[in-house]
Amino acid sequence: MSDVVEKTLTALPSLLSLDSQPGSAKLSSTSKLGNLIRGITELTSKHEEEKLIQRELASIKEQVSSPNTSMRQMKELMVRAIYCEMLGYEASFSYIHAIKLAQQGTALEKRVGYLAVSLFLNESHELLLLLVNTVLKDLQSTNLIEVCMALTVVSQMFPKDMIPAILPLVEEKLNHQKEIIRRKAVLALYKFYLIAPNQVQHIHNKFRKALCDKDPGVMTASLHIYLQMIQENPEGYKDLTASFVTILKQVVGGKLPMDFNYHSVPAPWLQIQLLRILSVLGKNDQSTSEIMYDVLDESLRRAEMNHNITYAILYECVKCIYTIHPKSDLLEKAAKCIGNFVLSPKINLKYLGLKALTYVVQQDPKLALQHQMTIIECLDHPDLIIKRETLELLFRITNAQNVTVIVEKMLDFLRVSTDDYTTIDLVGKVAELAEKYAPDNEWFIETMNTVFSVGGDMMQPDIPNSFLKLLSEGFDSVEEDRKLRLFAVDSYVSLLQGEPGKLPQRFLQVISWVLGEYSHLRAELQPSTVMRLLSKLLDTKNTSSETKTWVLMTMTKLCEGAAGVSVAQEVSEAYSSSLDTVLRQRAQELQHLSQDSELRARVVPRDAGLEPLEVDSSLSFLDGFVSEALAAGAAPYKPPHQRQEELAQAKALSLEPYGLSLPISISSCSIADRQSPTLLSMSSGLSGDSTDLSHKGGSTTLKLDGVKRVWGKEGYLAQREPVEETAQVEVPSPFRSPSQQAEADSSHSQTPTPVPTPEPTQEKQQLASSLFVGLSSQSSVCLMGKSESAPQRFRRKAKSPSSSSGASEQISNSLVSAPSTVDNLLCDNLLDTNITSELAVSSPTQTSQLSQSLTTANGTCDVELTDTKGSNHSLIRDISVAVAADPTPHEDPDKPKDLCLSSHLPAELSGFSHSEITPLCSNQSLDLSACHVQQKDSLVLVVFIYNSSDSDIQQILLELDSDDLEVSGVCGSPVQEVGSQSVAVCQFSLSVKRPSVHVEVSGMVSYQLPVGTPQSAQFSYNLPLTSFIRPLTLSTEEYGTMWLAFSHDTKQNLTLINEGQESLAATLNVLKKKLQLHIVEIIGLEGIVACRLLQDQPCLMHCRVHAGTLAVWLRSPVPDLPDCLMYYCQRALQEH
Amino acid sequence: MQFMLLFSRQGKLRLQKWYVPLSDKEKKKITRELVQTVLARKPKMCSFLEWRDLKIVYKRYASLYFCCAIEDQDNELITLEIIHRYVELLDKYFGSVCELDIIFNFEKAYFILDEFLLGGEAQETSKKNVLKAIEQADLLQEDAKDAETPRSVLEEIGLT
Repeated sequence: MSDVVEKTLTALPSLLSLDSQPGSAKLSSTSKLGNLIRGITELTSKHEEEKLIQRELASIKEQVSSPNTSMRQMKELMVRAIYCEMLGYEASFSYIHAIKLAQQGTALEKRVGYLAVSLFLNESHELLLLLVNTVLKDLQSTNLIEVCMALTVVSQMFPKDMIPAILPLVEEKLNHQKEIIRRKAVLALYKFYLIAPNQVQHIHNKFRKALCDKDPGVMTASLHIYLQMIQENPEGYKDLTASFVTILKQVVGGKLPMDFNYHSVPAPWLQIQLLRILSVLGKNDQSTSEIMYDVLDESLRRAEMNHNITYAILYECVKCIYTIHPKSDLLEKAAKCIGNFVLSPKINLKYLGLKALTYVVQQDPKLALQHQMTIIECLDHPDLIIKRETLELLFRITNAQNVTVIVEKMLDFLRVSTDDYTTIDLVGKVAELAEKYAPDNEWFIETMNTVFSVGGDMMQPDIPNSFLKLLSEGFDSVEEDRKLRLFAVDSYVSLLQGEPGKLPQRFLQVISWVLGEYSHLRAELQPSTVMRLLSKLLDTKNTSSETKTWVLMTMTKLCEGAAGVSVAQEVSEAYSSSLDTVLRQRAQELQHLSQDSELRARVVPRDAGLEPLEVDSSLSFLDGFVSEALAAGAAPYKPPHQRQEELAQAKALSLEPYGLSLPISISSCSIADRQSPTLLSMSSGLSGDSTDLSHKGGSTTLKLDGVKRVWGKEGYLAQREPVEETAQVEVPSPFRSPSQQAEADSSHSQTPTPVPTPEPTQEKQQLASSLFVGLSSQSSVCLMGKSESAPQRFRRKAKSPSSSSGASEQISNSLVSAPSTVDNLLCDNLLDTNITSELAVSSPTQTSQLSQSLTTANGTCDVELTDTKGSNHSLIRDISVAVAADPTPHEDPDKPKDLCLSSHLPAELSGFSHSEITPLCSNQSLDLSACHVQQKDSLVLVVFIYNSSDSDIQQILLELDSDDLEVSGVCGSPVQEVGSQSVAVCQFSLSVKRPSVHVEVSGMVSYQLPVGTPQSAQFSYNLPLTSFIRPLTLSTEEYGTMWLAFSHDTKQNLTLINEGQESLAATLNVLKKKLQLHIVEIIGLEGIVACRLLQDQPCLMHCRVHAGTLAVWLRSPVPDLPDCLMYYCQRALQEH
Repeated sequence: MQFMLLFSRQGKLRLQKWYVPLSDKEKKKITRELVQTVLARKPKMCSFLEWRDLKIVYKRYASLYFCCAIEDQDNELITLEIIHRYVELLDKYFGSVCELDIIFNFEKAYFILDEFLLGGEAQETSKKNVLKAIEQADLLQEDAKDAETPRSVLEEIGLT
């Protein structure tokens, strides 16, 4: 404090004597603010400051509420109030006056008023409503400065609900002649977009205009909106890619005015913004990525100056290059860049280099190897931030071989870290790694002990939970389980004998539970000994009552023998009068049960942890409720990790987890994948089950649930394990060899580039080889595979006996894929009633058969179709097409109507298969029937209108509408009449808006008889989704990349068609025939199949023969499509 | 950007600008913690900090610390340059700026900041344009003090 006082005092005179320069502000030393500030600096204690400020605030308060205070004085008062608030003293009484000042002051007072408002209030403050009128007035002002002020405040905060009030005015400003106004208006709209995106939906085309603005500032401002919109919906803006690339090219080429240069780099902010946009656009999109390769290359080349700003651009470039579809020479350059960052002596660059490495290490593990010595050095860096980032990097490259070293490093860091947030995050990561890769029991228990001691009571509660679960459910062998538990017991007993008072409560709870369950495994350990140790814990005053409850429950399990009972009696007496009711209850229980050993054996049987409780874990009793809710339009359930995954996807780069060898390895990751050499298997292994994916976000968010996921896409995971177990055992040895090789070679051959440090010490070399072991220079495919093939100890096994597992699996299957189940339920109902006939008619078999043979009568048809062109009669809601009249009378009324009608099929459709013509509705004068015709890229609904009356019918209007489909008239004409006994034909093209198992088109026909009132009739037409499905021809590689990009998926086990060896091929062929799928490839026990909904909505299918069933996994970018298709696959196979 | 703080080596807050809605209590807590953390760091250390789920970018200019909070996917280096550009703007405006300028004329420092960053995003990166906007508004102040008819004066000086 004294330092600043001195400085201030010595500086003051000289400052005061300074002639203020033009434009610079005069030092208001004589003002009241000046007095206040000087007053504060002269004080010596916080207490005095407080007194002074309170006095000051009281005087301000008095003056602001006085009616005689002029606006100019008010302005001065506001500045002082702002200052007091900045010092941390509340001046809320002045908020309303700030608004008043903004409202009533002259321009210069307004400016302070608006500033005070923006500093005092936040956007949810209720007083802000009072500002709306002022803003409205100022937006209409002829004074530019006032408009600017209003726009500035609006861009910072505005009540969401009041946006419509000022939106037109702000929109208008987009056309203002002054660029500063246009720019601020764009930013105001950006703010609106952020807080209420739907409010500004209608002005998206104006954003485009802003993007094309001749002023670079306005254009730059519009990019904020575009980045936001493109992140939310990259597909919608692909067409702009070329424009962004052009802009970036111009910027990089120095085409902007010199004003925008920053340290002679052209508009760096603009460049970075564009690079970010491009990376979002190019992600998972090869063709879009190709457009930007050139400009990225140029950006890399141009940014060569040694200045922070060029590094900022380079860093963004590198991120972009690693995010978009890869191009090898760009990747090479980017890797070199990362290298330069990592090796830089500048600490900021080093940090970013590590961060970039962490991003790319999955794609390019070689890069981490190249820089291993630098990474080792960073581990010992004095700056914790660097250390922390290095650990993050190591976390991503952990495998079974280096886990001990890496975990040790992380624990070292944890012991010195003081930041809670870091501790929680790291503890979760250590626990995750320990469960995944633990090399042996002792290590695992000891590591978890450290986790519990260090993580204390801050850590995520699911760490202890999953640890206990893991312990109780056990692993591969009974013997191993016993050893692990025994070790835990030994370790905990010795901890309790030490100083248990220092252990965190959570850890004590874990300890007491484990001792209660498993201390009997150590035969020489008397229960009474354990009970004494525990009762010591009860006496410690730091022990929380929650922990005491755990301890009492443990005692209940242990109180055997005379010694045990006596301890129990003692303890229960002490606590049976406790004020804590839970504690008291436990004490009572202990008392009773310790006296009645028979009852105790029934209530707390030994090894109860292994016996599953009778719990309906699939919550099947809620099925009815769930299906009702879904039918009522509720969103299908997404497990938390999937939700988080979706969130994380938006946030992070496209990074796959480094190793996927979770203890719960799901069907798709298992053996068959690794054997097949295709990209598909790699990608399916990579992406794994969606349960695995939440990993990805693990680095940025706190997701510590780690390995223990009880729910997967397919249900309660534990129940699926047994099959996996066997698969795991059968890992073919040749496959393992590369990794083992790598392990052996790692210290020698794995430093392909010269290591920067001239003479790394022996120690560091050793550390390097232990850290980077298993990081071979082979492709990442192998890496993924390797970590899985590494032996895993902690692989849970099923707890239920195999006899019951079948049934339970079925239950969970049907429950977990909730959407599909409900679809099934609903559809089964429907099928039982009205759709059965329809389905029989247009069942996939039939349609595909039809597609092979032409069934339509064609040439002999003497029907003349009036070609219906011209304006659509779009009077009403969706579509209204007037019906073309057929002048030819109906020839042969005796012929079955169907056949006759099919002869009316338009000639251009005659070459395609059509469904059976079904009657829609009929009354005394009109008969309506319809069928649908499948064309290559479209589906046409043909409606036949037959006039059965003796007079012409006029003013026929046919309207179709559907919730699930887009309906558009193929040809429409204003001809509105049908002659007596003749047929008119209307065509509608249908496409799917939202997939559901059955889609329905409803319609209404209205018409007028020559005499009488207008009439109308309603009808509906059902068609299965399969009519919209077409084969999708693509290569295995394309399939692989698409697979990764799709977010909606479903999995189910279907029955195989049992034809021995070829059952997979046979089954897929049935599906192909019935559903028009395209079989991309069959590799061993796996098959990949693709189809699409008409033109543009693909759905991919991955099948694997697995334990006599076909494990089918469907993925698509379209919600609900996988579920619907799954339904049809199931049906097709059942019908077969 | 989530917020920007300016504080002195003694931990006195000189400027605060929040771009996310937070309660006063949270603001105070964050400020206190951050000031402490940043002041504890040694000169040669990294300018970036991980703090809660945010990234803090800070830089010291003479006795003042400039400190910005950004999100994880934001570019740390460009944020550092944002700070630098702001300092350049202050320097140009005040004419070789010192902490006292900012203490006594903090409202001006806010005005400059608002012309440069708006709603947490860089609004105008051309130094000339930012200063022009500020000077025009200042000019208005000067004139308004002399003449009681600010509007017509404004129109005369070519702002409309």
